[in-house]
Amino acid sequence: MILLSLISVLFVGGLIAWASESVDANYPKVVALIAIIIELAIVVLLLLQDAGDGGWVASIDAPWIPRFGISFYLAADGLSVLMIALTAFLGLIAVGSAWAEITERTGFFYFNLLWTLAGVIGVFTALDLFLFFFFWEVMLIPMYLIIAIWGHENKSYAAMKFFIFTQVSGMLMLIAIVMMAYLHFVEFGQLSFNYQDLLSVSVANPLQFWIMLGFFIGFATKLPSVPFHAWLPDAHSQAPTAGSVILAGVLLKTGAYGLIRFAIPLFPEASAQFAPFAMGLAAFSILYCAKVAFAQSDIKRLIAYTSVSHMGFVTLGIYAWNEQALQGAIMTMLAHGLSAAALFMLAGGLQHRIHTRNMNEMGGFWVHAPRMAVVTMFFSIAALGMPGLGNFVGEFLALLGAFQANTYATVASAFGLILASVYSLWVIQKVFQGGFSDSRFEVSKLRDLDRREMCYFALMMFGLIWMGLYPQPFLNLAEPVLASLLASTQSATMAATLTTGAGL
Amino acid sequence: MISFDDLLPLLPLLIVSLTVVITMIVIGIRRSFILSGTLTILGLLLAAVVAMVMLPWTDQQVTPLLVIDQYSLLFTVITCVASMFIAVFSFPYFFKLDDDKEEFYLLIGLATVGAIVMVSSNHFVSTVLGLETLSMSLYGMIAYPLHSKHSANYPLEASVKYLILSAGASCFILFGMALIYAQTGTLSFTSLAALDPEFRLSEGYTVVALLLVSTGMAFKLSLAPFHLWTPDVYEGSPLPATAYLATVGKMAMAVLLLRFLASTEALSFGAIPTVFSLIAITSIITGNLLALLQENLKRILAYSSIAHMGYLLIAVVASYANDGGISVEAISFYLVAYVVMSLGAFAILSVVSSSENEIDQVADYQGLFWRSPWLATMLISMLLSLAGIPLTVGFIGKFYIFFAGVESSLWVLLAALVIGSGIGLYYYLRIVYIIIQPLKTHNKTNFPVAGIESVSSYFVIALLFIMLILLGVYPSPLVSLIESASSFI
Repeated sequence: MILLSLISVLFVGGLIAWASESVDANYPKVVALIAIIIELAIVVLLLLQDAGDGGWVASIDAPWIPRFGISFYLAADGLSVLMIALTAFLGLIAVGSAWAEITERTGFFYFNLLWTLAGVIGVFTALDLFLFFFFWEVMLIPMYLIIAIWGHENKSYAAMKFFIFTQVSGMLMLIAIVMMAYLHFVEFGQLSFNYQDLLSVSVANPLQFWIMLGFFIGFATKLPSVPFHAWLPDAHSQAPTAGSVILAGVLLKTGAYGLIRFAIPLFPEASAQFAPFAMGLAAFSILYCAKVAFAQSDIKRLIAYTSVSHMGFVTLGIYAWNEQALQGAIMTMLAHGLSAAALFMLAGGLQHRIHTRNMNEMGGFWVHAPRMAVVTMFFSIAALGMPGLGNFVGEFLALLGAFQANTYATVASAFGLILASVYSLWVIQKVFQGGFSDSRFEVSKLRDLDRREMCYFALMMFGLIWMGLYPQPFLNLAEPVLASLLASTQSATMAATLTTGAGL
Repeated sequence: MISFDDLLPLLPLLIVSLTVVITMIVIGIRRSFILSGTLTILGLLLAAVVAMVMLPWTDQQVTPLLVIDQYSLLFTVITCVASMFIAVFSFPYFFKLDDDKEEFYLLIGLATVGAIVMVSSNHFVSTVLGLETLSMSLYGMIAYPLHSKHSANYPLEASVKYLILSAGASCFILFGMALIYAQTGTLSFTSLAALDPEFRLSEGYTVVALLLVSTGMAFKLSLAPFHLWTPDVYEGSPLPATAYLATVGKMAMAVLLLRFLASTEALSFGAIPTVFSLIAITSIITGNLLALLQENLKRILAYSSIAHMGYLLIAVVASYANDGGISVEAISFYLVAYVVMSLGAFAILSVVSSSENEIDQVADYQGLFWRSPWLATMLISMLLSLAGIPLTVGFIGKFYIFFAGVESSLWVLLAALVIGSGIGLYYYLRIVYIIIQPLKTHNKTNFPVAGIESVSSYFVIALLFIMLILLGVYPSPLVSLIESASSFI
């Protein structure tokens, strides 16, 4: 029930926010804030619950379309809870960042924002693969609308690209999901989309590889990993700030979550075969996108490319598939969620003030907006992996774990940390240092951060410092989940080796 | 001799026929648009209810011509309901036509008689009778606003185009039937595969005969490469006629095709599945690609219908590859979904248009979302459903097709489906994008202000919207209904 309320609070809140606009244009944001606060309260309740049978904190299971063995099956374990907490927290931040920026058609904006979050929470809790796909797609439409209505100069192109990339890759995943259900039918005589049922399906190897690839493309597009990343810089640079926060902070994590939860456990052997390639792709993503980021003059595009680069560490950690690496991947997801969201908010704040994202027109802002400069400095340093902050813990653990699995890819990826320092400091130099030129805009427009903004940046800083200095609570939540996932895949691969051994 | 027992299952057909006759007499006595409209709508509603009541317990061959079973009754219900909806929203559409407008309802009623015969047919004679009744009425419906001074479209051109090409297609079907008759000696649908080789002509004749019939049917379903008439006829016809042609016309034809293929086991002849696969791929790719370049909503819907019929054909091919699989259900569900979503789109188009002034340019819809949010939300939902996005019935339909394809391992066709849907997203989203853009201030949009006559149309649109969402979120009742009905094929 608690999971259902998590989702329905946002759905209902969205509807109320939309309806409340007709009363007063200021009501929607208040309604959205209230909905998110209720959501956070429910998340706290969820965190307090003890894990039940099999590590599932809460679950709900009701038949939905019995003809296909589809059920409305939601469940959450430590991993889901971490992701849900991140989603709710960033939801709060997103509402805060939209507070002053969105002045037109506010009701519909908060409706879309809350529905996107509801879809994301659905993705993090659905354990029926049909339901999972359902939520996976449901979160796209409101996100599309956010970009298409409140976006910037090239929003039509960006929104379309975002939607088509994710939808087409999603359809490949749908084929893979349907194939799993059908293979369950062939093996056990009935259709099922239930995750636990599908774990027991044994698939012969060439076929397993293709199905796994369907999942991988679906998730890698969302993650994104090179070569499926082309939608991201456009979507980010055109989206309004709150949209970027949700995109970078939460939506990208659904891809990584999908890999951990579905792609690898369902297809352990094929994934093991595929791992060197995936890790190579991750290393390439890290280095290539860091390099590309360095060449951007649009500050939001730059941060978008760094996102792709950082998410490479997540892919690397996931495909290393040992406990340290996975913990690292999860920590990176959480920390990157905060740091990237904060950087996008700063970039969005800048754009809101001076109406440009072009870094060549900026410079010397430190004098006029010192608070903003310090905050940017903090999050840039977090993003480049300074010890003591969350990103360092994540990336370090990911590299440590990945080193045991694939030395070459890991060594290559480690250079990403150096490139990260280069582009992060480059932003600081371009925007905040150097000489100030006011030929383009008036100095008065360059207001410093106000109290509301400082408030949520402080929240995010606190989060990053907590993750950096005392990550144990986070690791503890994920630990049992990872242990059971690792155990199940290891036994599956062991069994496979045994059978092939017997065959020889 | 037809006994009373035979008449009972025919009740829906008789009710609709009677409605047509009564409406005609009433028009003869007193011309009243609202009266003839109400009569037709009530008649269709009654027929739908009766068919619905008969559904669980009727399974009977009535004369050699018609089979009344769950499957045909299910589609009789859908035909009647869809026709009724079209009758409802053609009322405001023709409200201002400066010509006699009562007879349009006669044509709707007649066309429905034809459609009911088609979905119940398992005999070549009833096939031709139903098909021609439907087509003849459609010629009239398409050319209906002919004498209107303001009608800027080309109803006569559309009608003649449809007449000639449709007659050509009927010839193909008839010739194919003659060749089949030459072998089987019977006009009812019987298995060609089970024929004693001693009595039949060589297999070549059978394949040619089947190809001829399939060609004719593919024309009516506007499958590529027999689709060339579609965009022009869609564009030139008045919107209710387009809606009828696109939904009821195609659905009846698809049901007939399915029954024909199932009874004759046509797909067991090696060449036929290949031909159908090729037609499916061509339709999906052609329909979606050509829709990209259109500025006229009716033409976009025409091309998208070509693509949708292509998706449907994937399940038809699957019905051969995996006997007893889910494909028949997939076809049936997809048809229902297709009828709901395209009817919804056409209903919305026609409620903002009138016979004197059709609003069918995509650009006309800019800012609809901010001017009329409910209407726009519904139009967006219909478009997203056509694109196959979850929360709508179109997604469940597409899911069925995916399932049928996976079950039968039709990887090439599935690849075409993915590519086609990807391209399709672009033009659906483009319309959605235009709808949600801010209003152009300098462009005084020429939407007519809806009067009291449109109330019932809004009701129909709302109903279709509820069906679209309800069947997309909780499709179980329809799924089990279709599951039991499909066992009759």
